[in-house]
Amino acid sequence: MEEEFFLLLAVVATATGLLVVVAKNPIHSALALVACFVQVAALFILLGSPFLAVIQIFVYVGAVMVLFLFVIMMLDVQKEAKTRFLTPGAVPSLIVLLLLAGEMLFLLLQSDRLQTFRAASPPDQTQTPADISELSLLLFQDYLLPFEVASVILLVALVGAVVLAQADPEDNTHTSGEEAK
Amino acid sequence: MESVIAILPLLIKMAVIVAVLLLLPMPLTWLERKIAGHIQQRPGPMRVGWHGVLQPVADAIKLLTKEDHIPAEADRLLFKIAPIVALVPPFVVFVAIPFGEPVQMFGTEVTLSLSNMNVGLLFILAVSGIGVFGIILAGWASNSKYAVLGSLRSIAQMISYEIPMGFSVIGVVMLAGSMNLFDIVARQDGLWNIVYQPIGFFVFFVAGLAEAQRIPFDLPEAEGDLGAGYHTEYSGIRFSFFMLAEYLVVVVLAILNVILFFGGWQGTPPLVNPILWFFLKVGFFIWVFMWFRFTFPRYRYDQLMTIGWKVLLPLSLVNILVSGFFMF
Repeated sequence: MEEEFFLLLAVVATATGLLVVVAKNPIHSALALVACFVQVAALFILLGSPFLAVIQIFVYVGAVMVLFLFVIMMLDVQKEAKTRFLTPGAVPSLIVLLLLAGEMLFLLLQSDRLQTFRAASPPDQTQTPADISELSLLLFQDYLLPFEVASVILLVALVGAVVLAQADPEDNTHTSGEEAK
Repeated sequence: MESVIAILPLLIKMAVIVAVLLLLPMPLTWLERKIAGHIQQRPGPMRVGWHGVLQPVADAIKLLTKEDHIPAEADRLLFKIAPIVALVPPFVVFVAIPFGEPVQMFGTEVTLSLSNMNVGLLFILAVSGIGVFGIILAGWASNSKYAVLGSLRSIAQMISYEIPMGFSVIGVVMLAGSMNLFDIVARQDGLWNIVYQPIGFFVFFVAGLAEAQRIPFDLPEAEGDLGAGYHTEYSGIRFSFFMLAEYLVVVVLAILNVILFFGGWQGTPPLVNPILWFFLKVGFFIWVFMWFRFTFPRYRYDQLMTIGWKVLLPLSLVNILVSGFFMF
C-alpha cells in the first residue's frame, strides 16, 4: 500500500515539477509549484514525519508561495506569457543541459554507494514519529549556536530589506505633485 | 475484506462529517439573516415556511438554477477550479478536530475525531492558511480589476493576521505541553484556558475574525468600494461554493475558540451530554461572529494593517513572554 502511495505522489510531484518549468504563464508555474510542495509534504508523512510535513505546508505553501503569487499578480504577466519556453537561441544550452544530465545519470548508476544504499534494509517503520519536544531539545541544546546564527542572519536580511525598500528622504523623484505642495 | 472492515468506522465518520458540513451553511445563512434582522429591528426572512426557515432551500434552488457565467477574458481552467480550491481546506481541517471523548457504540470504542495527530493544532493552522489560494485564483482568473484588488487585499490581510494567530496559541501549547488537541482539552479539566490566557484569546479571536474575513475585517469583499471583491465575476453554483467555504471557516474558528480557550467538552453541567455541551459552546461562538457582523463598522485598510502589525503582533509576543515567566 505504501509503495503505491509513494508512486502516486512521486509521479505527481515530478509531473508538476516539470510543469513549473514548461508552463507559459507564471501564475500557472507558481500553482504547479504549490502542487509539487503538497506532494512533497505527503511524502514526509509517508516517511513517518508529520511535523516536517505540516511545516512544509505552513512555510512553503502557506507563506512562500502566497508571497510569490502576490508579486506575480502585481506584475504585468501578459508579455511574459507570450514568450516561448524554448527560444531558438536556447538550443545550445539545452544540448549542454542534456549532456550534463546524462553524465549525472551515468555517475549515479556507476556509483557503488547506490549499491550499498539498495542493499541497506529499509528504516524501522515501527518506531514512533519524532516528537516535537525531541526536536526542540535538538534545536535548543545540541544545535543552539547554528540555530541562533541562522535567526540572526534572517534578522539582518529583514533589516536590509526594510532599508532597501525605504524611500531616500533626499530623493524627491518619488514624491508626487500633491505631496510636494 | 478485513482491511475494509478496519477502515469502515473511519469511512462512516468521514461521510457523516462531510454531509453535516455540506448542509450546515443552510441553517447558518438563515440564522445570520434572522440575527441581522432582529439587530436592525426588522423580522428578517418571513415568507418561505414558518418564520422563513425554508428560505435557505429557496436560495439553494435559486443558486443552482442560475447561469454559471464565465467571463470571456477569464482564465477558464483556473476560474473553474478556484471555488473548489477554496472549499477544500475548510473540509481538510476537520481531519484533526476532536468532538469529544471516545464513546461506546455498537460494542466498540469510537473516537470522535478522524485522526489523533501529535501536531494537530499546527496542522489546522497550516491547512487553514492554504484557504487563501482559492481567493487568489478566483481574483486572478476573473481578469477583472475589482476581483484582483479584492484578492490582493485578501492575501495581504491573511498573511498579516496568520502571524499573530499562530503566536497567540503558543501560550495554550505551553500550558498543555502538547500540540495534540485532545491533550489541550484534557489540560483544561479544572480551569479553562481563558483564565490563564485572556490576551491570547483576545488576539486569537480578533485574528480569527480577520482570517475569516468577516466584519470588521471584510475588506477583500468590501461591497462599497470593490463591487463584491474577489468573487465579483462568479455566479450560481460556483459563487455558492465561496459562500460555503466562508461559513465553514466561521465554524472552524468557533470550534478552535472553544477547544483552545473554553475547555472543549470540559466543565459540562450535570445532566448535559458533553458532546452536546461542546456544540452549544460552538454555537455560541458562531452567534458571536454573526452578532459582530451587524454591530461593527468596517475598518479602513491602513487601520487593518496597523491593528495586525502594531497591536496584535506585539501583544501576542508579550503574551508568550509573560506566560513563560508565570510558568517557570
